[in-house]
Amino acid sequence: MARKDFLDIASLSREEVELLLEQAIPFKELFTRSVKKVPALKGKSVLMLFYEPSTRTLSSFEVAAKRLSADVTVFDVPHSSVVKGESVKDTIDTLQAMRTDYIVVRHKQAGLPLSIARQTRASVINAGDGAHAHPTQGLLDAFTFKEVFPETDGRRVLIVGDILHSRVARSTCTVLRKLGVEVAFLGPGSLVPRHGPEGVPRFTDYEEAMKWKPDVVYLLRVQMERLDAPFFPSLREYHKVYGVTEERFKRIAGEGIYIMHPGPVNRGVELCHAVMDYERSLIDQQVENGIAARMAVLYSLKPGGER
Amino acid sequence: MIFDAGQIAGAVASLAAQIREGVGESKFAIVGIRSRGDEVAERVSALLREAGIEHDNGMLDISLYRDDLSHLEQNPKLQSSEIEFPVDDARVILVDDVLFTGRTIRAALDALTDYGRPRRVELAVLIDRGHRELPIAADYVGISLETERMDHVLVRLKNTDGEDAVELVKRT
Repeated sequence: MARKDFLDIASLSREEVELLLEQAIPFKELFTRSVKKVPALKGKSVLMLFYEPSTRTLSSFEVAAKRLSADVTVFDVPHSSVVKGESVKDTIDTLQAMRTDYIVVRHKQAGLPLSIARQTRASVINAGDGAHAHPTQGLLDAFTFKEVFPETDGRRVLIVGDILHSRVARSTCTVLRKLGVEVAFLGPGSLVPRHGPEGVPRFTDYEEAMKWKPDVVYLLRVQMERLDAPFFPSLREYHKVYGVTEERFKRIAGEGIYIMHPGPVNRGVELCHAVMDYERSLIDQQVENGIAARMAVLYSLKPGGER
Repeated sequence: MIFDAGQIAGAVASLAAQIREGVGESKFAIVGIRSRGDEVAERVSALLREAGIEHDNGMLDISLYRDDLSHLEQNPKLQSSEIEFPVDDARVILVDDVLFTGRTIRAALDALTDYGRPRRVELAVLIDRGHRELPIAADYVGISLETERMDHVLVRLKNTDGEDAVELVKRT
């Protein structure tokens, strides 16, 4: 029985994750055709409900839904109803009346996609809720990882940055571990959860972390909007301590380590400029794979079915 | 069991012979429809190659083009389509195991034309069991089988199912 909603990675079995990743492959193959569209969701409607600003995730979902022939409506929340004081509940009632088949939702409040999912027959896809989850990011990261390392078991990924506030870290860590990948965190002591998942080493020192021999260094984006909080002194300081500097990049390239980043990159903060042309940078691949992974998710769900 | 491995091989040989006569000197491509149509296509292709007749090959997965996705509890598992030759202006022979309502072929035509505009498309089927729901007919038929609308024709092929056999399950 197909799932109705896609809310997090944690509740999926390894088999379900592997199936979604396998299904993303034929979708990605469509991108090389001159006609990139298929009629699988013809006549279905997909509503993008974004309470937080997003360009990449929103357009990735939009392209994914359109390539499946769905009709896409972007409900531009910050500029419309929230300003008028409409509650999320009112919005959901409106959406119900519109008989939309799929709702892609992003909200700063963790758990909101779940409560929407409970109130509607539409399939709900979590596009990021607070610091909780960003499951399609996790899936596209796993897909990208598996393209490079088809045998995932025992491989190593080092996630670097503000782990504590990052839903990307959470979802990507969860999905990789489901695939048997070993994950470690590196970041300022204040930004790496003290009681993180069991079996995930925590590093605060870059050199120490590199001795752990990761296959991939995954850099989280420094969220500029959080910089008012005194988590680290300055961007320059961050780059010096946790960024991939020119010097560190030489070592990374020398050891053949791959680089991932969810985008958009703050050049000169998480990464020095040279990394952008690095042959083992998977950042562009992550963007392309995001569309395929999201098509696979949309295709796997059945609106109105069992949750 | 209504047909065994020998009879299936005979039907495949007949398809190859009909196609050979049908295409004459023209260039063409054999495209199998997943699943099982691809296996029939491989066998037909092998026979044609043995006879020195070169041609292109491809495979189509038509899951994304089905007209009944909304009615299914779970969408079918996707497989890769492999169309490496230029479809524009090609003569394409679609191959499937069983021709029944014609809906799979309708989907295959849509899938194929998303790769380009073929000059001509024909259809070869191992078994034609009748009961069309769309105006579609086969150009090359291995076996014509009389069935009731509600019967099931179960085709098993070696690479997909471990053995060659066709069964007719009567609905009473």
